[in-house]
Amino acid sequence: MNFPILSSLILLPSIGALFLFFTKSDKKNNFTGKYVALFTSAVNFFLSIYLWILFDPTTSEFQFVEERIWIKDLINYKVGVDGISILFILLTTFITPLCIVSVNNSIKERLSEFLIAVLIMESFMIGVFCSLDLVIFYLFFEAGLIPMFLIIGIWGGARRVYSAFKFFLYTLLGSVLMLVAIITIYWLNGTTDVVELYNSGIDIKYQNLLWLAFFSSFAVKTPMWPVHTWLPDAHVEAPTAGSVLLAAILLKMAGYGFIRFSLGLFPVASEIFTPLIYTLSVIAIIFTSFIALMQEDMKKLIAYSSVAHMGYVTLGIFTIQQQGIEGSIIQMISHGLVSAALFLCVGVVYDRMHSRLINTYGGIVSIIPKYSILFMLFTLAALGLPGTSGFVGEFLILMGAFKDNFLVAVIASLGVIIGAAYMLWLYKRVVFGKLINTDLKQMFDLNRSELFILSCLAVPTLFFGFYPDPLINTIEVSISDLIDQYNFKLASKT
Amino acid sequence: MENLQLVLPEIFLSLSIMFLLILGVFKKNSSRLVQSLSLAVLIVTAVITFNETIGINETKLFNNSIIIDYLSSLMKIITLLAAFLVLTISSNYLKTFQIFKIEYPILILSSVLGMMVMINSNDLIVFYMGLELQSLALYVLATFNRDEIKSSEAGLKYFVLSALSSGLLLYGCSLIYGFSGSTNFNVIADQLNSNEYVLTFGIVFILVGLAFKISAVPFHMWAPDVYEGSPTSVTLFFTMVPKIAALTVFIRFLYVPFLNLIDQWQMILIFLSIASMLFGAIAAIGQTNLKRLVAYSSIGHVGYALAGVAAGTNDGIQSSVIYITIYILMNLGLFSCLLMLKRDNNYYEKIDDLSGLSKNHPMLALSLLIILFSLAGIPPLAGFFAKFYVFKAVIEQSMYFLAIVGLLSTVVAAFYYLRLIKIMYFDEQKEKYDTDHGFWLKFSLTASTLLILIYFIFPSQLIEVVSRINII
Repeated sequence: MNFPILSSLILLPSIGALFLFFTKSDKKNNFTGKYVALFTSAVNFFLSIYLWILFDPTTSEFQFVEERIWIKDLINYKVGVDGISILFILLTTFITPLCIVSVNNSIKERLSEFLIAVLIMESFMIGVFCSLDLVIFYLFFEAGLIPMFLIIGIWGGARRVYSAFKFFLYTLLGSVLMLVAIITIYWLNGTTDVVELYNSGIDIKYQNLLWLAFFSSFAVKTPMWPVHTWLPDAHVEAPTAGSVLLAAILLKMAGYGFIRFSLGLFPVASEIFTPLIYTLSVIAIIFTSFIALMQEDMKKLIAYSSVAHMGYVTLGIFTIQQQGIEGSIIQMISHGLVSAALFLCVGVVYDRMHSRLINTYGGIVSIIPKYSILFMLFTLAALGLPGTSGFVGEFLILMGAFKDNFLVAVIASLGVIIGAAYMLWLYKRVVFGKLINTDLKQMFDLNRSELFILSCLAVPTLFFGFYPDPLINTIEVSISDLIDQYNFKLASKT
Repeated sequence: MENLQLVLPEIFLSLSIMFLLILGVFKKNSSRLVQSLSLAVLIVTAVITFNETIGINETKLFNNSIIIDYLSSLMKIITLLAAFLVLTISSNYLKTFQIFKIEYPILILSSVLGMMVMINSNDLIVFYMGLELQSLALYVLATFNRDEIKSSEAGLKYFVLSALSSGLLLYGCSLIYGFSGSTNFNVIADQLNSNEYVLTFGIVFILVGLAFKISAVPFHMWAPDVYEGSPTSVTLFFTMVPKIAALTVFIRFLYVPFLNLIDQWQMILIFLSIASMLFGAIAAIGQTNLKRLVAYSSIGHVGYALAGVAAGTNDGIQSSVIYITIYILMNLGLFSCLLMLKRDNNYYEKIDDLSGLSKNHPMLALSLLIILFSLAGIPPLAGFFAKFYVFKAVIEQSMYFLAIVGLLSTVVAAFYYLRLIKIMYFDEQKEKYDTDHGFWLKFSLTASTLLILIYFIFPSQLIEVVSRINII
């Protein structure tokens, strides 16, 4: 395999963006611009499918590894995938084209700039998931702030400036400590190559502080309680496509980072800090679920539900059980699909009525039935109904949690009930009930592109709900090896 | 005397200055000619420096009072190129204010000569001479728009405060001379072991003087006023060129005679660095004038460059040279943008004047966006790498406190850079600005933006250039 498939995945969207940049841009060209962007991201999606087909799930070694000298004697550009990262790459390449299709309805001005930002964002996100060097990882991780800041700030809602600043500064503040940690690791081990660091291990004296530095970055990005407050703001103000990117992919960077770096590099510290993670996760699950219950803004409700769902993810990761981590990854993929769909669903009604408040709606089931059906499907997936991908993830996580810590698992299970409550109540208030607001009668049902996007998201949600094997097969070996490594290092205290 | 060709750049430059002065006096309306000739002189001097001195080993001349090594050659070339770019992009601005006179390029050349002497110095007297030569030229440059009261105020303020700091510096020099019996850096280094404490006083005084020249906190008070009052093209010169020379002297002065006293001066440098980074970041938040904002931002950036010097290793020195180089590049781009905010023979320098720039002038706004994110140190732009190298050097010396404070202050600083971006991209548009900028202005903006943007593709080159710096 000489073809640098991962670098192509990273570069292709950027090339598309460059192309868009030079095909500027009166009103007519916007049309072509959209097809250029769609074409690029679709090609990228098929390329990643091809990657998945070539991928060998029977080994936990990194595959498709490319290594080049980047900064001489300091850092090598190194990328590769294993079972843990490949699914996130697929998720990214799958969600991005859907975002691009969705701009039809929501973005009215400066379309080509928006598409450039989305494509560059895709490059950076794929880079995050396949980089095998800490500095490269940091580079992609942070670089994503720039396009996201602009997406929220330029195309966002009324309080976009506040939200964009909050998003940027929160995340940056979390990340600078990670940079200190990365440089410290370089100083300790003479390399930032993840594979070498896996083999050599990190001095036990430093692990706790380094773990905390990484944690500060990932906790903000996940987001974990109590540093989650940027997320509702960012979600509410971002345009639909921005919310989708944010919820579906950006949040997953941190979950991925926890698995890849916190567990992989600092097993001793991870063991020490597991109670901290458990506490924060449980608080996130229960507390933010209650907050979600009381929201009047649909986007805000979904944003808080994201925090709760990510609480399950962090809980699952730190059970250090096969089921727990598998469940976390599946939960992240599922949340990527479902929350993206829910934000799109909110976007659909928002584009028509220009209101995100729940009490604007009510009784729309008879006016827009197709929408109501799909919205119901995703609502049920979000609360983890068996037969949807949400169930598989939550079930596995709770199974892992019961093995590790009974009390935590019981409390987390209670969260599922509150989750069902706020999602169903949301659905009831929006879709059922009496039609009071007569303006709603002018609403039209899903148009072709909306139907296409939501169906695209519905198919994998249901498919992986009934048959999660393809996902589990992909990640199984990598995770069991990760856990073996973890326990081995823990036993030998490095 | 066989090594005279090593100081050929300085000789050539001083002869050219004299020639240009005479030419300017005897030939009427020769400002354009003098300007072009000055540009040529700067380039030729840079070429001579490159040809004659870049490859040679460390050589000392004139009774060891001048040192020619890789560091000095490199810094001289950077100084000359920076001065060249400043001179090229300032002509439109000067013409607008009708101060396009022969004195301007000649003063710039003289201050560059002073800086070259500073960079070469291996002796306190030579160093002081160079410093004063460059400062004298800078005082006049600050007041160059003499009909403008703010410009005169800036010049006067700069003169008075600078004279004070020169006095302190000279006092430090005399203390060191008194206790070591020599002004030569190497001789001082040999004498060092016996009477350390008294020398520390000398070091402190000289550091105060140098910190003033480089506008490090707490000796920064002059910078915002002078930067705001001076003509913008002179502000550009202030923010870039003197810092290179001052940084070189910082390095040379601390690492050649006083390396053994590192415990004494390291604390001072760490303090200067932390104070500058934090103060620069916090004080810039409240500014409404772009030039004042740049002044505070440059105070902050000086803090990062000093953090590299504080590390006390070759890595640290190299990282701060990289930092200052990338900083100059970013500043050049920033000021090119400032000089493009022109409408009806009027330059706009309030922050609000950027409002909605992205709609009226998308390319200008995009360049400024890239430059500002780079100044904020966001990857993958060049500014991130500059900070990365500095903090790598700092953390290698286990100076975690400095690194963490420095990185946290980047978050604070990010706020005001973001505010500019917000004003450009999220706010409503205003009137359009002129678009007929000169070739050099467009060139320097495009070149600096592109270099900042694609630096991450070729990061090794700059490292290779500085990796030959070897002081310790």
